[in-house]
Amino acid sequence: MKLAAREAIDRFVKILFRTTGLLVIGILGGIFIMLLWNTVSFFLHIKPLDFFTANQWNPGGHHASYGILPLMVSTSLVTLGAMLIAIPLGIGTAAFMSEYASKRLRNILKPMIEMLAAVPSVAIGFLGIVIVGPEIAKLTHQANGLNALNGAVLLAIMALPTIITVTEDALQALPSTYREASYSVGANRWQTLRKVIIPSAAPGIIAAIMLGVGRAIGETMTVLMATGNASAFPKGFFHSVRTITATIAIEMGEVPYQTTHYYALFAIAAVLFIITLLVNLAGEYFVNRYRKYQAA
Amino acid sequence: MMKKFSPVIEWFTLLFCTGTVLLFLIAILWDLISRGWSSLSWEFITALPSDGMTKGGILPAITGTVILTLLTALLAVPLGISCAIYLNEYAKDGWLTRLIRASIRNLSGVPSIIYGLFGLALFVQGFRMGTSMLAAGFTLGLLSLPYIISTTEEALRRIPASTREAALGVGATQFESIRDVVLPSALPGILTGIVLTLSRAAGETAPILFTGVAFYINGSSGYLNQEFMALPYHLYMLSTQHQAIEQVRPLAYGTALVLVMVVFLLNLTAFYIRYKYRNNE
Repeated sequence: MKLAAREAIDRFVKILFRTTGLLVIGILGGIFIMLLWNTVSFFLHIKPLDFFTANQWNPGGHHASYGILPLMVSTSLVTLGAMLIAIPLGIGTAAFMSEYASKRLRNILKPMIEMLAAVPSVAIGFLGIVIVGPEIAKLTHQANGLNALNGAVLLAIMALPTIITVTEDALQALPSTYREASYSVGANRWQTLRKVIIPSAAPGIIAAIMLGVGRAIGETMTVLMATGNASAFPKGFFHSVRTITATIAIEMGEVPYQTTHYYALFAIAAVLFIITLLVNLAGEYFVNRYRKYQAA
Repeated sequence: MMKKFSPVIEWFTLLFCTGTVLLFLIAILWDLISRGWSSLSWEFITALPSDGMTKGGILPAITGTVILTLLTALLAVPLGISCAIYLNEYAKDGWLTRLIRASIRNLSGVPSIIYGLFGLALFVQGFRMGTSMLAAGFTLGLLSLPYIISTTEEALRRIPASTREAALGVGATQFESIRDVVLPSALPGILTGIVLTLSRAAGETAPILFTGVAFYINGSSGYLNQEFMALPYHLYMLSTQHQAIEQVRPLAYGTALVLVMVVFLLNLTAFYIRYKYRNNE
């Protein structure tokens, strides 16, 4: 082929590659505009103040009420419970893998964590119905165990692989001089872990927690299947709750297009989008901080 | 006093954490295999459902998931590889490149249910595809795109600059060097990323809820412009929405086991590619 033709192809392909790069911005922008457009349509019908302060989500009734508060509280409750379980377990496991386990043991543990991460959310939700639910019912003498606690346990399982992997990365990234300095002043391994390693890796651990929170808040199928989805205002861990994601999943399939109720589901999705965006940005900020330590 | 018990507390705490996490995995696998194994049979994976979903097999759900995953790949693989090539081979560090990278990071954090809404607005309504296999497959494609881009870019980054320079040195254009030298060397890494991403997409439920999945399809399935059955949604319906939930529990267990086996098989394939590639180095 002539050189001119080859160079023409080269220029053409470069434009093609660049277009797909721009497309990615377009997709994020498209999601943003879709949420914004429908949320604005919603606020033409319902006052923003009512949306954020009304304590009832009841779009079907005669006096339809679109209060996001019960959904927000449900999502927060389930996420909080999940983190209370997953943060200590995750940091402990990561510390064991990074500081205590032999290289061989670590090579066995790592794929097992990856396997846990690969289990589809709908399968975890199913196990919430058939294992976790009945166990909770037995312990609390309730008719069924479909409540916030069940959702929290399942979300903890789903967030654990993220928390473990990112925390372990952060611990491994610490220079070995930190450990050696600690040992040389007479500290043992446990003291070194608690007083030197975990505090120095704090930005990475916070990043791990943030990414775990992001995963838990946005998760749909497990909470949809395991938390009972009662629309009443959430009362606590042993009561049924209905998260933002579950509400969208349940109601979007039944609602007629372009009604107030339809727009309302996009409005709560917009709130979810903003929350996960902020959480992930915070996570990214802390990841960059520990990368900077590493480079220094 | 504290010093004496310190090693006990130390080992107990760490082993308790690690043990609990492993217990989760073992409990999941043990329960699915011990209670789902008896539901598996040749008939279960090759027959159509019958008697209001209380008997028969899950063939349409399996074929639905396979075709759906292929559609996902059809959208996400070419776009993802192309974007990764742009970022790693062409882009200079400027505001546009940074904006593209920030978009990719944010897209990978967007909850899957929001991709479902976007698929509904864009493909089902905007492009008038209706609730269909095509709309759902493309929705999953968008969801998978950021993962394909980051794994491909990582594979490209591992190719040393000298490889590219050698190709350019013998007179290849930049595109020829990418096509004939860089991509073939990065192929195992790219493939691993694709297979892992597709295994995640195959298990997703939320993005297909409003874009075309159905509990039951009368007659044959697999048409791109029609609604379809899929394994994850089938499991969701059997375990929460069926009128005879206790009666269909064995079918739900069977479906869950097949789904998890499909996902793990894809993961194993990815591990195998990675393993073989490392040994060849």
